[in-house]
Amino acid sequence: MSEANTTAKRGSVVGVSPAEWRGLGQHPILMKGNEAIAEAAIQAGCKAFFGYPITPQNEVPEYMSAHMERRAQETGGAQGGVFVQAESEVAAINMCYGAAATGARVMTSSSSPGMALKQEGISYMSGADLPVFMVNVSRCGPGLGGILPAQGDYFMATRGGGNGDYRTPVYAPAYIQEAADLTFHAFDVAEKYRTPVMMLIDGMLGQMMEPVEIKPRPPIAADKSWCTDGDTSNRKPRVINSLSLLGDVLEQQNIERFQKYAQIERECVLVENTVQEGDEIAIVAYGVPARIAQNAIEELAAKGIRAGLVRPITLWPFPYDTFQQLPASVKNILVIELSMGQMVEDVKLGVNGTRPVHFHGRSGGMVFEPAEIADKVREIISTSSKGDL
Amino acid sequence: MAAKIIYEKSRGLTDASFHYCPGCSHGTIHKLVAESLVELDILERTISIAPVGCAVLAYNYFNCDGIQAAHGRAPAVATGVKRVQPDKIVFAYQGDGDLASIGTAEIIHAAHRGENITVIFVNNAIYGMTGGQMAPTTLINQKTTTSPYGRFEETTGKPLLVSEMMATIPGATYIERVSVHDHAHILRAKRAIKKAFEYQVAGKGFAMIEILAACPIGWGLSPVDSMAFIKDAMVPYYPLGLYCDRAAQGGAQ
Repeated sequence: MSEANTTAKRGSVVGVSPAEWRGLGQHPILMKGNEAIAEAAIQAGCKAFFGYPITPQNEVPEYMSAHMERRAQETGGAQGGVFVQAESEVAAINMCYGAAATGARVMTSSSSPGMALKQEGISYMSGADLPVFMVNVSRCGPGLGGILPAQGDYFMATRGGGNGDYRTPVYAPAYIQEAADLTFHAFDVAEKYRTPVMMLIDGMLGQMMEPVEIKPRPPIAADKSWCTDGDTSNRKPRVINSLSLLGDVLEQQNIERFQKYAQIERECVLVENTVQEGDEIAIVAYGVPARIAQNAIEELAAKGIRAGLVRPITLWPFPYDTFQQLPASVKNILVIELSMGQMVEDVKLGVNGTRPVHFHGRSGGMVFEPAEIADKVREIISTSSKGDL
Repeated sequence: MAAKIIYEKSRGLTDASFHYCPGCSHGTIHKLVAESLVELDILERTISIAPVGCAVLAYNYFNCDGIQAAHGRAPAVATGVKRVQPDKIVFAYQGDGDLASIGTAEIIHAAHRGENITVIFVNNAIYGMTGGQMAPTTLINQKTTTSPYGRFEETTGKPLLVSEMMATIPGATYIERVSVHDHAHILRAKRAIKKAFEYQVAGKGFAMIEILAACPIGWGLSPVDSMAFIKDAMVPYYPLGLYCDRAAQGGAQ
C-alpha cells in the first residue's frame, strides 16, 4: 500500500470503501465470527484443514468437519476438501506443512496456548517458504490462563514467535464482515509471498454473531512451480526444506527472505485512520477494542472533546507511517489493548518521540467499557493542559 | 560377447555421494527403499519425508520429490501430503530418536488414523547425528554420551519396543521388524519394505518396518563388530518378525 492508502478518511479503510469492506451485502446472514471465517475459507478455496480442539476457537474445526468433505462431494471438488482432527496443535501445523508443500491451500486454527505449540511448524514453514492461513482466536494468559478474550499474543504473532529470523503477516479484523473479507485476502497474500499468514482475533469476535455476507471471489493465481506434488514423470525431483548447513548459503536465503518481507511492508499495510485536523487525541486500538474506542470517541464528541481512532488492521506489517502523518492538533496518543501493553511498543516506534504515548490496558479477560476509555482521555487531556508532562 | 549387467545402482537413488559414516546401515536401507520404488514402478509418483537425524539429507539421495520434516513430525507431514495427494506414494524415513522419542505422538496417531503411508523406522539404539546420546531404544548397560556408565533401568527404563507397541494399535495394518546385519537379513528386510509399499499402492493402510541398524561411530565399534552387536545384542532384545498384518487378516480393524 502507498502512504496515501495508510491515511484513509474517517470511516474508511485503506483503498477500500467502508461499504465494500465492512458494509453488509445484499443477503447478509447471522453468523458467529468463527463460523464466518470457516465458511469464507472454504469459499476461498481452502483444500485442507488440520486442527485441534481448544476454546474459544472450536466452531472453526467443528464447521470444517461438517462442511469440508461434504462440500467437496456437493461441488465435485470445486470447493471443500480434507478435514483432519490432529492429535495435537504440533501435529496439525506439521500436517499443514506437508499439505502446503504439495501446493494445496491449507488452513489451521487454534487459540493462544495452541498457537504457542504451533510455533515450531510456523518457523519451519517460514524457513521453507510455505503458505498457510492460520487463525488465532486468542484468550487470556500466560499459561493455561483462561478462556476469556485477550490480546496478549501480539508479540508472539508479530515478532515471529518461533526460532530464527522470520516475520508473519498478521490480520486483525474488528468486524465479522471484515474477518470474512480478510480471509480471502489472507489466502492470496500467503500464496503470493509464499509465507504463513495469521489472523489474530480475540474470543469476542470469534464467539459473537453479526450479520455477514460471504463474498466469494476467485483466488489470485500464484506460481506453484516449486511444489513437491510427487509427480516427477516429466520434471526433476524437488525438495521442500528449511535446512542449510553452510553459513553463507543460509545467510543469503535469509537476506532474500527479508527482501520479500520488505516488499510485504511496502505493499500490504492496512489501517483505518479516522483522525481529523482538530482532533486533540488519537486513540489506537485493534480488533474489538477499536469498536469500544469508537463508542468512547462518540461519547467524548458529545461532550465537545475531539478524538480520532487509528486502527491497525495489519499488525505486521505495522502502519508506522500513519503516526508520522497525524495532524498537528493531536497532542496525545492513547493506546488501549486487552493486554499489559504490547502493541504500544510499535506505536512508540511509529510516533518516534513526537508526542506522548499513553497506555490503558485490561488483562485476564477483563474488558474495558467506553466510559473507562473516555475517562482516561479526559485525564490525559486535563493533565496535558496543565503542562504536567 | 556383450557384457551382461548383473548389478547396478538403483535409479531410485541419485548420484549424490552419501554423507553417512563407514559401516552405517543407512546406505543399505536407502538402497532397499529405492529398489522397491523402482520395482513397483512408483518412483515417479513418490514423495519422501526426511526426518531430523542422520537421514536429514535423505531428500538428496532418493530420486523423487522430498520434504524435510521437523524432529519427530514426519508422520504428521506425511499425513498432510497423503490426504491432499491420495494417489501419490508417501513414505516417512525416521530414526529411533525421531520416531521413538520426540515423535511418539505423531507415529502412534498416524497409525491410529490408519493413514495409508509407509514408515521406514531405522533403529540403531542411539542418537547418531548429535554425537551418540542415549535413545529410548538404547540397550541396558549400553554406554552412550549421556549414559556414560551404561543405561540404567532404574532411572531410564527399559528399551522401548516400538513394533510391539505399534502392533497393538487397531489402525495399524502391517508392522514388521527386520535387520540388515547380514546378507540373508538384508534380503528379508527388502521383502518387508517392498511389501509395505505394495500395501500402500493397494490402499491397505498404515505400514511400519522397523529395521535394526548399525551405528559404528556412535557405538565405538568397527563396522564388522557393529554387525555382530546387532546380531548378538540387539536381536535378542528386539525379536525379528511379523508383528501384525491386518490386511492378511482382512484389513485394519
